[in-house]
Amino acid sequence: MTARIPVVKTPKVYVGGAFIRSESGRTFPVYDSGGQFVANVPQCTRKDLRNAVEAAAKAGPGWSARTPYNRGQIIYRLAEMLEARADEMTSVLRQFSPEWTTAAEREVAESVDRLVHYAGWADKYEQVLGSANPVAAPFFNFTITEPVGVIGIIASDASPLLGLITQIAATIVSGNTIVALASESTPYPAITLGEMLATSDLPGGVVNIITGCRKELIPTFATHTHIRGIDAVATGDDATSLRRGAADSVKRVKVRQPDIDWSSDRAEGVYEIRHFVEFKTVWHPIGA
Amino acid sequence: MAITLDPSENESASKDSKKKHGRRQGMPELIFGDLWEYDPAPETADPRIRQRYDLFIGGRFIAPQSGEYFTSINPATEQPVTEIALANSADVDSAYMAAQLAYETVWRDMTGRERGKYIYRIARLLQDRAREFAVAESIDGGKPIRESRDFDVPMAAAHFFYHAGWADKLAYVAPGRTVEPIGVVGQVIPWNFPLLMLAWKIAPAMAAGNCVVLKPAETTSATAMKFAELLQEAELPDGVVNIVTGAGETGAALTGHPAARKIAFTGSTEVGKLIMRQLAERGTRMTMELGGKAANVVFEDSPIDQAVEGVVNGIFFNQGHVCCAGSRLLIQESIADSFVHKLQQRMASLRVGDPLDKNTDIGAINSREQLDKICDLVESGVAEGAKLYQPACPLPSRGFFFRPTLFTEVTQSHRIAREEIFGPVLSILTFRTMDEAIEKANNTMYGLSAGVWTDKGSRILRMAAELKAGVVWANTFNKFDPSSPFGGYKESGFGREGGRQGLLDYLELS
Amino acid sequence: MTKHSIADDFGAVDRVGIEERVAKFTTRSIKRKSKLWGLRTAVSMVDLTTLEGKDTPGKVASLCHKARQPSDDATIPPVAAVCIYPSLIKEARKHLADSPIKIASVATAFPSGQSSLKVRLQEVKYAVNAGADEIDMVINRGLFLSGEYDAVQDEIAAVVEACGDATLKVILEVSELETYDNVRAASFIAMQVLRAGDFIKTSTGKAGGSATLANTQVMLEAIRDFYLDTGTPIGMKPAGGIRTAKQALHYLVAVKETLGDAWLNSSRYRFGASSLLNDLLRQIHKEKHGAYQAPYYFSEAAESY
Repeated sequence: MTARIPVVKTPKVYVGGAFIRSESGRTFPVYDSGGQFVANVPQCTRKDLRNAVEAAAKAGPGWSARTPYNRGQIIYRLAEMLEARADEMTSVLRQFSPEWTTAAEREVAESVDRLVHYAGWADKYEQVLGSANPVAAPFFNFTITEPVGVIGIIASDASPLLGLITQIAATIVSGNTIVALASESTPYPAITLGEMLATSDLPGGVVNIITGCRKELIPTFATHTHIRGIDAVATGDDATSLRRGAADSVKRVKVRQPDIDWSSDRAEGVYEIRHFVEFKTVWHPIGA
Repeated sequence: MAITLDPSENESASKDSKKKHGRRQGMPELIFGDLWEYDPAPETADPRIRQRYDLFIGGRFIAPQSGEYFTSINPATEQPVTEIALANSADVDSAYMAAQLAYETVWRDMTGRERGKYIYRIARLLQDRAREFAVAESIDGGKPIRESRDFDVPMAAAHFFYHAGWADKLAYVAPGRTVEPIGVVGQVIPWNFPLLMLAWKIAPAMAAGNCVVLKPAETTSATAMKFAELLQEAELPDGVVNIVTGAGETGAALTGHPAARKIAFTGSTEVGKLIMRQLAERGTRMTMELGGKAANVVFEDSPIDQAVEGVVNGIFFNQGHVCCAGSRLLIQESIADSFVHKLQQRMASLRVGDPLDKNTDIGAINSREQLDKICDLVESGVAEGAKLYQPACPLPSRGFFFRPTLFTEVTQSHRIAREEIFGPVLSILTFRTMDEAIEKANNTMYGLSAGVWTDKGSRILRMAAELKAGVVWANTFNKFDPSSPFGGYKESGFGREGGRQGLLDYLELS
Repeated sequence: MTKHSIADDFGAVDRVGIEERVAKFTTRSIKRKSKLWGLRTAVSMVDLTTLEGKDTPGKVASLCHKARQPSDDATIPPVAAVCIYPSLIKEARKHLADSPIKIASVATAFPSGQSSLKVRLQEVKYAVNAGADEIDMVINRGLFLSGEYDAVQDEIAAVVEACGDATLKVILEVSELETYDNVRAASFIAMQVLRAGDFIKTSTGKAGGSATLANTQVMLEAIRDFYLDTGTPIGMKPAGGIRTAKQALHYLVAVKETLGDAWLNSSRYRFGASSLLNDLLRQIHKEKHGAYQAPYYFSEAAESY
């Protein structure tokens, strides 16, 4: 009897709720920790990034209009999906890095827990960050938060799953939509994450994950004026380039060091959400 | 028996464009003449402005290392007011050194309770000398005494009073986390509300435990230097607040200084972007309070006379030198003609002139440069086909003055509908439906403030949610309070000033 | 008119906004010549009023003399009118027959208006026959608050007719209408059946609240809108609570900046007041001679300390 030949998955990026290749047709090969070829991953271009921004912008109004309760449930559902497919994600992590052999399970478990953490924030952060303001005049005055808009994420190489999930969850929980550039060195977990997102309740376009080359895409992340905020793990020239480009459209930029401890309590919480909300203050007379 | 409030309401469907925003011939008009003229009522309190101001560094007034001074003039008379020191980069350096020293040796480790007392002292001293500061502000900057007396100075004192109370309560600023001061912060402020912007910057910085190097705008440094005298009276520890004066180069030295742990800037979007580029490599923390092009949206069911007043206050307050000025009026088509007519009538009783006269509503444009910019944009409005209206109010023969101005027949693509004019110039557009109003209001790179006028509660909340702006005034405009966070969306900047939210922008989470 | 929100018909007024607006009038600084002009003009606008159960012919006689010649200063004009109860019109007539001073009489079951329309109209006719030049009526607040706006207006129209040639002042009794929306609506309901030169008036002075700058401003703006719409000029009379010259000047600033010069005279603006006149006189004296005056230097002063 002939041995069965396994069907190999073609990795695609997750944009606008669909799985696509780069418009350029370019790919780059990824290898497992033993140096074995695994697959060709899309090498996305500036145009792919632009398309992803369009998808994110299109999804924004609907996503931000959902009730916080609903956003919380959807993020909780993500946690359920990841937990259910933990084995798959663990083996993907192990495949690409020798040091993940022991830590992969923890990375996945913490990613699940982080999603649960942010799911719970969805209908609470407003009460911590917002306020009713005691102004010295006959006005009702309150400050609420609103999403900033489309946020660009440049993911961590050191923590290709937990880092990325932390950045995504803290950003979308408040109604932002995102375009994330997966770890360049270890893009495969992000591609797998995309597949899990697709089977969750998350509306298409809220999270868009592209793969490719940082050097090629960072300048576009920096200068695309429809991207209203950047959450980047970056140093040196990359960080400078992001901040300089951000100046053109007064973009909010958060730069994180590569050695950030993603497991730490301080990597999560309401003040992470605060980076990418706008505060809106509303005045109304108390009269008749 | 419902009556039509204005005959022109019936004309809005008319195809006759001559009638647009005008009234039928022969209709009754009101007479705003000189039957009862108000006599001049000049404010006479002594502003106690010195002939020359040095830099305020390390608690002392010291001469600039450049040896140079520049003249600050009264924009209402074009006469010199005082001489202001020109700080070079060496002066800025010593200011930062003084601030760093004060931070490390005194301020950082002082308990919040004691720090707060100094800030309370400042608030009280400012209240004591309120009239004197108001007169100085009007002389140096051109704003009417009515505003400097009733708004700028009391509000500045209120900011110190409010933030003083936070100094020993910082644990409540960020629930769940502990906070620490940032260190030395550099601050650059504009010329439109010189003392008030100083208060907005310095009060929260001090309360949070930071030390400050601040640069006022070059045309309006006098009250900042008077404030420095007041700090001496308050016996504030040397170096906690340092004030350096000068123009753009001084500002660049200040914002680019390596000792600055944070830069807080209020000014134009153009300069804000320059600073962001300047700091791109270093990655210094920033808050940016930049320009605006606020839409003031008036629905047909609004309380019309209060809306008229709000629109007037929104654009003519402080000669329109207000980043959150309601410079784009969006009126529902059904009431556009009658509303414009009411606005014109209201403008007829605005009094333009001597900033020190207690009856002046609109004072002097801050500088020749700003006047030129306003004139240029107004000319572009005329050239692009918008219809200009100005009341026939007399203007003083010298000084920088500009009549309150409104433009009708403005479209979205006109420069006067897109660019920040920063002067008493209102661009009027119309809309038919709420969706159209939202679309037009948000069609701008700015997002600092917006206004909405309607009698329908649920529409207010819907509009407040849809308008992309950091401050939404509903059935009011241009209201401020130390407890109320202020700041922009999009290219109007980031970070907030005021309230718990603003204070956290001066703290580090530890 | 069906029962529905009255603001839909005549427009809404925001309380905080209008109160902010009028606060600005009080920061106008009126000095020297302009102050003197304002004070003298205010004197000429006073409806010198006594509306007491204890009014007698003697009291009215003395009021009329004060009205004709408020002080020894010959540059000070007489007041616009005296305002009294109907039973005292004949007495006032005796003292004012040869003067330009109008005799205004309250009627229509003042101050509550709680009588039959027939009785109220009879009272108006009685006052007119007795020689009243002006009638100060009260609107039917009960009808207004129960939403019977047409009926309110019909009653006013009936009083207009009963007035004949007499000028009518319609008292809205603003404090009982409570909201500024109602004040604005009631102003229009009245004005729509008034004649050029008739007035609307804030208060009887007998209810809890009286004229304020804010409720007067609501009415001034209604008068302005009605004039611009119809060409019919209606006069304004704030009444009650205006006791000082400084207050009166604030009210006049509001007139100047809302209705303009054409309303700065007694044919279109009145103050319903009693003690105001003497304070105006004191301030005029002070402006002219520099020294502050004790109140008892002026006739009919209530203050004796």
